[in-house]
Amino acid sequence: MKYIFQFLRILLFCFLGELLHSLLPLPIPSSIYGLALLLAALKIRLVKLEQIKEASGFLIAVFPLLFVPGAAGIMELGPLLAEIWLPVLLSIVLVTALVMAAAGKSAQVVIRWKETRHG
Amino acid sequence: MAELLTRGAVWGVLLTGGAYALGILLQKKTGKAWCNPLLLGSLFVILFLRLCRISYSDYQASAGPVNYLLLPATVSLAVPLYEQWEALRKNTAAILSGIAAGVLASTGSILLLAWIFQMDPAAAVSLLPKSVTTAIGADISRELGGIPALTTAAIILTGIFGNLSAQGICRLFRISDPVAKGVGIGSAAHAIGTARALEIGPVEGAMSSLSIAAAGILTALLCPFAARLLP
Repeated sequence: MKYIFQFLRILLFCFLGELLHSLLPLPIPSSIYGLALLLAALKIRLVKLEQIKEASGFLIAVFPLLFVPGAAGIMELGPLLAEIWLPVLLSIVLVTALVMAAAGKSAQVVIRWKETRHG
Repeated sequence: MAELLTRGAVWGVLLTGGAYALGILLQKKTGKAWCNPLLLGSLFVILFLRLCRISYSDYQASAGPVNYLLLPATVSLAVPLYEQWEALRKNTAAILSGIAAGVLASTGSILLLAWIFQMDPAAAVSLLPKSVTTAIGADISRELGGIPALTTAAIILTGIFGNLSAQGICRLFRISDPVAKGVGIGSAAHAIGTARALEIGPVEGAMSSLSIAAAGILTALLCPFAARLLP
């Protein structure tokens, strides 16, 4: 029973996210609205952590598995990828490494700078 | 048999889970990082469909329930964020500058690649949102005249690469702070990278979750302008 209620609570926030997505003309998907609303609900204690903990833990644990059907869709792109494989490969390997380095390093520089300033 | 596989409601989920489970077993057996269950699972699914001559759309329909869970799973990322609220509050400036740097680096370098290879605009636009989550990325691509299926493929491959190389890249660039690591992984490799960040540590996982949302929104705002700079 506990798990049903937990899952339903999370689904309710998914629905609220979909509702906001259909009402607001912003380039933000339902999932991000839902995430923000659930975070706000947790912060103002409208929802307590124990009321969603197990169900959300399960969903996060299976997260990578959920991408398998989408990833298998690559089999449909054969001819297109044969044409532009080099820029696609570079954008996946090189650009991803560059983005991770740029984002991580910038964040770290600001953190270290604040630490030295405050002693 | 063929009928069961094209009309049945269960086999798609079973195949998805089975292929992924086989990937987990192989990773345990070999202990190799590149034996990633998502990578191997997806390859097994493709192999199975090819061998049995089943179309991707039949599989996609039957695996629908798996896709269905993506939305509640993404919403659930609010939990690690909530649990790490203090780290988030203390490092707001650092987190935001990291995410902004990541989005600029991503958009800028895709533009550069498009110019170097004189890419077709539809293909180049499809690669622009490749570091953000599929829900946002596919929408951006569709809106700007890209090929959503190519965007989804690029996003997922980016995620798998980011997931596999996160530790190595952070070590190479001497990114050791947990907050900075999470920001880097989430900005570059969205939810699939976040799965790795959550394994590395709770702070890394929370910051990576946050970066999915923030980098996605920033990219959506920036892409229409970047698309005008394409060759």
